Amino acid sequence: MSVVEIGRSRPWRIGFWPAAFGIVLAAFLGVTVMRFTRGLGAVTNLSDRFPWGLWIGFDILCGVGLAAGAFTLTAAVHLFHMKRFEPIVRPTLLTGFLGYLFVCIALMFDLGQPWRIWHAMVYWNERSVMFEVAWCVMLYTTVLALEFSSIVFERFGFERLRRVMKAVTTPLVIAGVLLSTLHQSSLGSLYLIVPEKLHPLWYSPLLPVLFYLSAIGAGLGMVIVESHLSGRAFGRELEMSLLEPLARVMVVVLAVFGVLRLDLLAHAGVLGTVFAPTYEARAFLAEFGLGVVLPVLLLSWPRIRRSPTGLVTGGLLAVLGFVMHRLNVSVTGLERASGTRYQPSWMEWTVSIGLVAIAFAVFAAAARYLPIFPARERGDEEESAEARDATPREAAS
Amino acid sequence: MRALPRAGERAMSRGLLLDTTRCIGCGACTAACKEQNGLPLPIEEQTTAYTWTVVEQRQGVNVRRMCMHCLDPTCVSVCPVGAMRKTESGPVVYDAERCIGCRYCIMACPFGVPKYQWDRAVPVVGKCVMCASRVEAGKPTACAAVCPTGATLFGERDDLIREARARITAEPGRYVDHLYGLEEAGGTSVLVLSSVPFGQLGFRDDLPPAALPLLTWRALSRVPDVVLLGGTLLYGIHWLTRRRELVRRVEGGGPRAGRRMPRGGTEGAKP
Repeated sequence: MSVVEIGRSRPWRIGFWPAAFGIVLAAFLGVTVMRFTRGLGAVTNLSDRFPWGLWIGFDILCGVGLAAGAFTLTAAVHLFHMKRFEPIVRPTLLTGFLGYLFVCIALMFDLGQPWRIWHAMVYWNERSVMFEVAWCVMLYTTVLALEFSSIVFERFGFERLRRVMKAVTTPLVIAGVLLSTLHQSSLGSLYLIVPEKLHPLWYSPLLPVLFYLSAIGAGLGMVIVESHLSGRAFGRELEMSLLEPLARVMVVVLAVFGVLRLDLLAHAGVLGTVFAPTYEARAFLAEFGLGVVLPVLLLSWPRIRRSPTGLVTGGLLAVLGFVMHRLNVSVTGLERASGTRYQPSWMEWTVSIGLVAIAFAVFAAAARYLPIFPARERGDEEESAEARDATPREAAS
Repeated sequence: MRALPRAGERAMSRGLLLDTTRCIGCGACTAACKEQNGLPLPIEEQTTAYTWTVVEQRQGVNVRRMCMHCLDPTCVSVCPVGAMRKTESGPVVYDAERCIGCRYCIMACPFGVPKYQWDRAVPVVGKCVMCASRVEAGKPTACAAVCPTGATLFGERDDLIREARARITAEPGRYVDHLYGLEEAGGTSVLVLSSVPFGQLGFRDDLPPAALPLLTWRALSRVPDVVLLGGTLLYGIHWLTRRRELVRRVEGGGPRAGRRMPRGGTEGAKP
């Protein structure tokens, strides 16, 4: 929402959000220079004992997961033909596409030699989960770009190209769902190989399934949160009649995730340790209580679910719980075995926060200049003739 | 489906036997390693990307740290570009030219062996490569060649296992009855003898006897199934629901202007 206000504020007066954005961007650029001239050790708190930190745990694992709304909703609309969700497909697709671009850029910071990223296409190791991850990132980013391209074609009136994209929608959506399924789950599979390092409160042979389920839940949560944010920025009301049923689906997904999580802990024989006075148990309780139990309870209550504030709170909690789960798997759960504590450096935070800020800015710009939101508020070719004739000015504003 | 190569098929692989009871901690192995592999000084306290082996003091025992050269190495299986490779003769070698720097090998290695050049703008991984070029040429590793007490012994892995067993049998009071590396994480080319339990020397004693790459392979081998079954199922759902929609449209009477559905379900759903 920050950048939207840039556009609205008078050019000679700088508001709070644009100023904050400017400072973050300046710091981000400074750290970027440091990162590529002095190496990873100069900007991160990573070490041989703790080689993966915030950039993997948040930027990559959460970035991919929070983009999961895109495949969920395109599948709902184009494969399950739940056409009523069509108005929110585009903003969700935009979130997914930006999420994946965010991940790709973050990867450039985290890889030791990012200019060799193409090696994954040439040198194959099909036994490596990271190989699967690399291919999923490449292919699904391509699919998202293609799915998103029809919006751009529509905006600039490339009718023929748009019709081509429309004709290949079904295979594209199926490819997107399959690649997402593989990608979301493979991020969990990355940790299957460290049973002796990852704390039993997070290790499970079903980590890929847990990652897949939680990504769907968080992806739906993101749709709710992002509808709220863009609603505020563009002065629209929440589409409660669409978001409320999504919230119900999210409750079911979160509940299944929660029950499976507890079930796996019971099978591993560590369910009794969740109330133990340990660092890990506290992290687990925070993650599970705030991110699973609380949103399920809140959103099961119709009065809360039907109020915009309650709905957004529930969605936000689900997203928060998801982020905590990913960070607990990638950081908290590995600390004990590594024999060290890891705290991201301020420069690691700067890169992550800077990338999030840039993603917000691009979202706002895209929402402003591309036909992302339903016809109601912008002049769209598909809008009915009466509406166009009536007040073209207002429709375009 | 390609089966995972089974550990132990390379019977003729060479290895090292480290006898901690014979090590005097002189550090000749570290110095020889630096020279052989062209690594920069100084010699550090712990292994780093620039110091591939050190001798540590634990419980009054001199313990040599180095790559264990697993039979089915975790680093080899996790590397997305195949920069790590287990050679026929035993060493696990690293191709710095291929490495993209994802550091999954560092994260995943059960022995904490691969290290990174955190101080460089163009970094690579550093780890003991068991002097692969010397071993190919039929020579022992540099560390084994200089060891003055025979605490580091180079040879065929099978011979080393026999030798280790003979030592334990000959002097049961001197050794704990365990040859580390025989079964840990599917077995390693480097084998270790000790007078105290290995856990006290900083060796992981909680490693499963099965090679760790099996754990990820179990998930990875499902990928083709997910694609085939998932693809069929998804297209089937598309076909079914679209048909239902078309039928509804025809029965509902009146062609609704082609395939396009009315946009803005919001208004329609409002009471």
